[in-house]
Amino acid sequence: MEILDEKKNKNKKYKPILGGIPDWPVYQLSKNRKEFVEEVAHKSFERIKQLRPNAKQLISDLEATAYREQNRIKRNRWRVDPKDDSKFWSNIKNELVELSSKNTEEINATADSILERIVLRYANEIAGNFKPNSYRVTRELIKFWFQRLLNGARVKKFGAFFRNQYTLRDKIQIVGKVKMLRKLATEGTVVMVPTHFSNLDSILIGWVIHSCGLPAFIYGAGLNLFNIKIFAYFMNSLGAYKVDRRKKNLPYLETLKMYSSLAVQKGAHSLFFPGGTRSRSGLIEKQLKLGLLSTAIEAQRNLYLENPEGPVRKIFIVPVTLNYNFVLEAPDMIEDYLHVKGQDKYFPEQDKYGSMQLIRFLFKFFTKGSNISVSIGTGLDVLGNYIDEEGNSIDNQGRIIDTKDYFISNDNVTTDKQREDEYTRMLSQRIVKEYHRINRVFASHLAAFVAFEMWQKKFPMLDLFSLLRLPEEDLELDYVEFKETFKRARKKIYELKAEGNVRHATHLKGNADEVIKLGVENVGIFHLKRPLLFNKKGNIITRDLTVLYYYHNRLVGYDLESCI
Amino acid sequence: MTSSPASDKPVGVIGAGNFGTVIANILAINRKVILYARNEQMVADMHAKRESKGYALHPHVEPTHDIAMLASRCDVIFPMVPSLHFRAMMKQLSPYLHPYHILIHGTKGFDVILPEGQTIESISKLTREHVKTMSEVIQEESVVVRVGCLAGPNLSKELAQRQPGATVVASHFNEVKQLGKKLLRNDRFQVYENDDIVGVEIAGVLKNIIAIASGALSGLGYGENAKGLLISRGAVEMVYLGRALGGDLKAFLGVAGIGDLVTTCNSPMSRNFTVGYRLAKGEKLDDILADMSEIAEGINTVRIAKKCADHYKVRALITDRLYKVLFEGMTVEEALDFLMRYPLNVDIDFL
Repeated sequence: MEILDEKKNKNKKYKPILGGIPDWPVYQLSKNRKEFVEEVAHKSFERIKQLRPNAKQLISDLEATAYREQNRIKRNRWRVDPKDDSKFWSNIKNELVELSSKNTEEINATADSILERIVLRYANEIAGNFKPNSYRVTRELIKFWFQRLLNGARVKKFGAFFRNQYTLRDKIQIVGKVKMLRKLATEGTVVMVPTHFSNLDSILIGWVIHSCGLPAFIYGAGLNLFNIKIFAYFMNSLGAYKVDRRKKNLPYLETLKMYSSLAVQKGAHSLFFPGGTRSRSGLIEKQLKLGLLSTAIEAQRNLYLENPEGPVRKIFIVPVTLNYNFVLEAPDMIEDYLHVKGQDKYFPEQDKYGSMQLIRFLFKFFTKGSNISVSIGTGLDVLGNYIDEEGNSIDNQGRIIDTKDYFISNDNVTTDKQREDEYTRMLSQRIVKEYHRINRVFASHLAAFVAFEMWQKKFPMLDLFSLLRLPEEDLELDYVEFKETFKRARKKIYELKAEGNVRHATHLKGNADEVIKLGVENVGIFHLKRPLLFNKKGNIITRDLTVLYYYHNRLVGYDLESCI
Repeated sequence: MTSSPASDKPVGVIGAGNFGTVIANILAINRKVILYARNEQMVADMHAKRESKGYALHPHVEPTHDIAMLASRCDVIFPMVPSLHFRAMMKQLSPYLHPYHILIHGTKGFDVILPEGQTIESISKLTREHVKTMSEVIQEESVVVRVGCLAGPNLSKELAQRQPGATVVASHFNEVKQLGKKLLRNDRFQVYENDDIVGVEIAGVLKNIIAIASGALSGLGYGENAKGLLISRGAVEMVYLGRALGGDLKAFLGVAGIGDLVTTCNSPMSRNFTVGYRLAKGEKLDDILADMSEIAEGINTVRIAKKCADHYKVRALITDRLYKVLFEGMTVEEALDFLMRYPLNVDIDFL
């Protein structure tokens, strides 16, 4: 297998921007964990009381919460759930039932106390547990083993296992505005918002942050990941806080948002996947979850409110795309997606992956080709304006904007929930646009896109589901025809790049035959059934059209269809 | 709020045409107003005679030629210039604007930007990439995000006489809607709110098409039955077109939709109505336009809407026939004949 050839040595090592771990905002947070959790709980309590001003509304929310929590415990219990879960919630339930026999004053007092206990419990559950020692250990452990594997496989000499000729940096390219990111992290608070395609993203991005010389970020990581012990260890040590997607009740969501908002306000660089979950379809996220995004705006507004005259620490949003040739979960996710989208039209075939698969993948990943690239975007302010190197917000005409002005009415900084909801929506649209701009096109993405579109065009009468049901043996693309189409699409990518509307890997340039070979050989490289292959005649065939569809989706939204 | 010193800040109005002047006068009931006009001589005249477009200026209205001064003294600005000049005006105003500014415009029309050398007719497809509403122009050209629009059955003349009337303030921001209400509302002027700013803007533009058709029916000598038919079918067509262009149904059923449509189709003084009327009398479009001092917005709207309907595959029969009458030499009778014979007779199918 050929190694994707990128410019060597471009991925230099970055010095840490802050001296020791004790200076890191995330460490400060975890050192004062107890105080911080109490502050989160206290403020969430206030917020919920504001949202539910009278006792009747509050109680009905509490009842709904208790009911759903008990249901969750019954139906969907996880290993990470606290041992006393069931006891806690049945107590709450009983207290709520007893309320009916009390007078108004007692009712108010009890409802408040119940709410207090619930938000404190949630705040404790959410809060991360960053430990500097275990952070260091984890970091070194990952580095050491990755390096051993890499060198053992690549350098074919005795003793190669202990050489340092290759490092992870050759495997994972970090491109784009790294320097700016480092600068912004010293000037303000960074909120990094990556695309989400694979469960590996969380670990990958943790490595990227470290590798750029940045202090650890706080993460919102799905609680389900903490079920897997090894993940839990990594996550905890990398500063993760826990997001439990089973809990959709008001106290939980408000506490979660408050945690994120306060942490950002206190200067902790954070990271969340604004798409919410992994992209099931392989499409770049179009709709973002607004809840956590709104906390960045809220934090910025509070900073301005606290200090209306003086200089205020600015919050920078940094979009990031993770670009893979191969997504381990692709076959499962696309099945899910089609199943939901097509309902009765689509019958998924069962093909599950176990944990052995993960280990095998990691081994293959480090021993064979298939690189990953991480594309860092230009920083944005919380309204989605570009930031210059000095951290100033810049408008379309290149003029400097004072971000504070967005929060001003009648000459004062004000809190206006509805206004900020609207700002959140605008920011999310802006981030989606940036994703498309910084998305890095690989030969494999383009090959998948062109091949799938060509097959679609060959059967204009079939809808997607009927197309996907065609027997793979019937599908073959003439190489010459494919090459011409590929070249047309590639030209369009060049044009888009010139306009600043997409990025592409350097390997996309050059001799078309070689680029196509590279693309076909790398797309979904480790799947049992390969999405693209050459047959004996040199033509293009597929063993799994559905998975090809997944990889094809990556380039939807650039109007490339017109050149097929 | 009325007692805070900030509320003593004047409100800006840009454009001293009929509507701009009347709105400035209405705003002046509640606040000091700075009224900007492009033409220096006009400003001098306003100062000298205290009137504009034949309307006496309220004592609280201060005319000016200095757009920078207006932007620095006013947080809230009402741009009221024709759509043809709107983008140029925004480019001129933009350097003085900040994100704390609130802009509420009252312009009905589309802004079309085409690639070099193309016309609406020659371009292969016309989409929302080319066609923008005024609120979108404001956001493209400036840093202002808190944008609103005014629309509704607002004939300047009647408003000036303090006849009862109403308007819609549409915006994504509650803050903007409340502010618009507070500033404009008085005992003779009711103000409604709507979230769907783009829908309201589009309704205000598309109704001009139906206004031309209404003039044409009148020119043929037909009465109220025909008009009722036109207005109801016209409203349906507006809903379809409006949805394709990104508006929401509700905007079209409200004051800015049906309200404005009925008013416009019944006002023989309007330019759009006149174009239709004279076409029906057998005059040629070029001759009609030669007589008019300002272009009737509706004619451009027909061209834009026809081309967009083609691209978005919307059935827009009235627009389509009107296009043929205006530009392809079809007579009004032929167009009407076609519509009366058209076989599809479902009354309402969008709810």
